[in-house]
Amino acid sequence: MIRLERVTKIYPGSAFPAVDSVSLEVAEGQICMLIGSSGCGKTTIMRMINRLTSITSGTIHIGDQNVMDMDPIQLRRQIGYVIQQIGLFPHMTVYDNIATVPKLLWWDKKRIAERVDELLDLVNLDPDTYRFRYPRELSGGQAQRVGVARAMAADPPVMLMDEPFGAIDPINREVLQEEFLRIQARLRKTIVFVTHDIDEAIKMGDKIALLDAGRLIQFGSPEELLTKPKNQFVKDFVGADRTLKRLNLLRVKHAMLRNPVHCLEEDPSEKVAEKMIEQDMSYLLVTDRQGRLKGYVNLYDLRGHKGTVGDVVRPLSLTVKPDTNLKDALSKMLSYDLGIVVAVDDAGRLQGFLNTRTLFSVVGESYDERGGHWGRITADGRIL
Amino acid sequence: MHSAQSDRSGRFWVLVAVVFAFAAGAFAEHQGFLSFAMEHPRDIFRLLGQHLQLVLTSSAIAIAVGVPLGTLLTRGFMRRYRDWILNLLGICQTVPSLAVIAIAMVYMGIGKQTAIFALVIYSLLPIIRNTVAGLASIDPVVLDAGRGMGMTPWQVLLRVEYPNALYIILTGIRTSTVINVGTAALSFLVGGGGLGDLIFTGIAMVDPAYMLAGAVPTAALAIALNWVFGQLEKRIISPGLVYEHHTTAA
Repeated sequence: MIRLERVTKIYPGSAFPAVDSVSLEVAEGQICMLIGSSGCGKTTIMRMINRLTSITSGTIHIGDQNVMDMDPIQLRRQIGYVIQQIGLFPHMTVYDNIATVPKLLWWDKKRIAERVDELLDLVNLDPDTYRFRYPRELSGGQAQRVGVARAMAADPPVMLMDEPFGAIDPINREVLQEEFLRIQARLRKTIVFVTHDIDEAIKMGDKIALLDAGRLIQFGSPEELLTKPKNQFVKDFVGADRTLKRLNLLRVKHAMLRNPVHCLEEDPSEKVAEKMIEQDMSYLLVTDRQGRLKGYVNLYDLRGHKGTVGDVVRPLSLTVKPDTNLKDALSKMLSYDLGIVVAVDDAGRLQGFLNTRTLFSVVGESYDERGGHWGRITADGRIL
Repeated sequence: MHSAQSDRSGRFWVLVAVVFAFAAGAFAEHQGFLSFAMEHPRDIFRLLGQHLQLVLTSSAIAIAVGVPLGTLLTRGFMRRYRDWILNLLGICQTVPSLAVIAIAMVYMGIGKQTAIFALVIYSLLPIIRNTVAGLASIDPVVLDAGRGMGMTPWQVLLRVEYPNALYIILTGIRTSTVINVGTAALSFLVGGGGLGDLIFTGIAMVDPAYMLAGAVPTAALAIALNWVFGQLEKRIISPGLVYEHHTTAA
């Protein structure tokens, strides 16, 4: 847990405080995003936590210890530190870079070697390939993976990250964010994360602290910032498309219709067609007996067909996982002009169904009872 | 990078060197150097030994003084005076080496100590300047990372700053030492010994054989020391730092 109480920083020779009486608390195992435009004091706050910058007034506690009572060197060795420009030591191999803090703590060689391999695995770099490379031989994404591994080397409970993915191209940034969230879900570090990217803040943060000119404007969950912006500044900052941004927060499993209407591949076509006409449907999902999604059929194919649905089923390649966020689901839905997305689990079993109607209902927009060209989809389970 | 082309140009220069050495040998023989060297090998080796001793002693002292001084100039409050001090040292360096030796003699009399003192003074600047340049060339982000991970200032200096500045510092030491080999010839003037004895005697007697007997080993010593430093650089500078081919030192 990290607790800031009325923390103020005034740089010598400056008339205005760079950080003005900021109080906030980060619960154990949570990520707190510090966000704001350049010069808003977010990096200064972060650097005061590990005392790279001195505190003018106020107190900072980590756990129940005041950081001012701790030896700064010892303090920093207990805090993981990742910076935007990565700052890997160019004269050291990946191994020596990651081993930096363990070496400062006098771990024995064997323990360090095991830990380095473990961390390289954790950040998805093959130890045998990368262990003895030098930073200049790494791509930006690989270098920042090593940067994260280095910060985690001595397993610090607290981590400070200053725009760690800021200098990385958008595609790799997404990958790194996902990977980092996966790691965090396992390790549950208490993290202060500086960013200027509101999408990153919404995606990564348990809490977001929005700063302007050294003052804390709003502190709350991403949900709160998007739905209850405190004032115009917050509204402007999160952007006019904040409703759309909420899609980032929500997962398919929150919005999907569970146990959607479907048929089995061995069901007789005629009977299924009858039912579909009765219920005014033109398309229907098909699964096998184990509930694995096989595809869909349309009424046109079933009409006059003697046999089972399995003969005329069309594959449905585009599926999502229940944990996919709604933004990705929506973008798939739009880019393939389907009007629906089907959620399947890792084993390919049908989990749920999402169309524009269910999507809109979740983000709070008005919706039509009869959504999309799939006709009315109900939670009735198997159609026959 | 070893391409076929660089191999070919390497062979060309070897050929040039062989032809040149042959011509130089013929010239030396003509001047009577070779027969002189055959007759007095002991004297030449004794003076070469003295010369080497002068160079190594003065360079060692210059390194021991220059590197810490250069480091000090990049620390804390001294940073403000850095350019000022470097300019001052630069001006001092314009004083001819002969004059430095003469001035030293006025205060210290004659002898080896005077020669070494003057040589130390004269070799200091390249070492100090390159130490400052090397330490200043390090990306501040790297230092911030070191501090942020809990290194003490000494650990940052020894584990991060020196290894990264090593190439530029070594270049300064190399330059200064090689120049020192030539300057050390002047120590004859204050009774410091060395190959200067042969050179200045040769000049006084207008005897090229005598003079070459001092000058050729002096040049050979400079080339040899330069080569030794080149090997040292290859051995002790981290392969993670690349200064040739791909990037150049700032």
